[in-house]
Amino acid sequence: MALTAYAAAQTRNLFAVVILSGIFSLLAAVLYVVLNAVDVAFTEAAVGAGISTLLMLATLSLTTDKERAKHQIKIIPLSIVSVTGLLLIFGTLDMPFYGDPNAPTNLHVAPLYISDSMKQTGIPNIVTSVLASYRGYDTFGEVVVIFTAGIGVLALLGHGRNRTRPGKNRNVNLEDENRIS
Amino acid sequence: MTRHSILRITAKFMIPYILLFALYVQFHGDFGPGGGFQAGVIFASGFILYGLIFGIENARRVLPARVTRVLLAVGVLLFGGTGVISFFFGHNFLDYSVLLKNSVSGQHLGIFLVELGVGITVSATMITIFYVFASQDK
Repeated sequence: MALTAYAAAQTRNLFAVVILSGIFSLLAAVLYVVLNAVDVAFTEAAVGAGISTLLMLATLSLTTDKERAKHQIKIIPLSIVSVTGLLLIFGTLDMPFYGDPNAPTNLHVAPLYISDSMKQTGIPNIVTSVLASYRGYDTFGEVVVIFTAGIGVLALLGHGRNRTRPGKNRNVNLEDENRIS
Repeated sequence: MTRHSILRITAKFMIPYILLFALYVQFHGDFGPGGGFQAGVIFASGFILYGLIFGIENARRVLPARVTRVLLAVGVLLFGGTGVISFFFGHNFLDYSVLLKNSVSGQHLGIFLVELGVGITVSATMITIFYVFASQDK
């Protein structure tokens, strides 16, 4: 994964970058399967490797696939990124170990979900029952976020098909790829 | 893309299975991994593949942009409407236990409807974004 990320950062050919990011997502999905998070892996494979690669390719077909040459290392952004990364790693030091049964997250409502989900919803996949029923309100919010993303893209680019556009190579963030898991 | 016969034949072969797999993920999400979000994304990617290979005009003929815009809202309304129904039985928002007499099957029905709403919205959003992007060069 580190190798693909490094290659994607180095290469100048954007088509290769898109394909490499798809490979990166696929490797991440494999990692999630190893961690027994099948639903998350499924989402990662479908969104990261599938649809975002497709949307990026569609975008590339409208623009060019060559990155403009720009190669100087900026000190301030680099130092900010390094310090933030080090702080995040420092923050993980006093976290409980992975899979620790006494971790706070494993003691709050998770045992209730695991023991009562089948009785209360009759659905074997606990992830589905938690997402759709116990945490239905959150999922509703996520759906509204996706809806808003779609509406936003429509409002920015959609309706003006007859209008003359100032420039067709406008940059548009693919902000709808917030992952739901 | 009329020249790439390998791409065309392979895509023609794959797309029905992609769409079928999306429906499987949608309706089997209760029992295996997956659910509305993943199903919507898979369905949309199958459709976008069609659009990329066979041209955006053909894709628009299959599923007009007007329809996807309506579906965008239908999914959210289906989700929200399922939640609102429980108000009429004096329960909380999104409490599906009251949808049927048996609370367990009520939950089951509620989750089914909600996941369907998620799937419709997600796939409609993705297809809409693809349409909007693809028609930029006109």
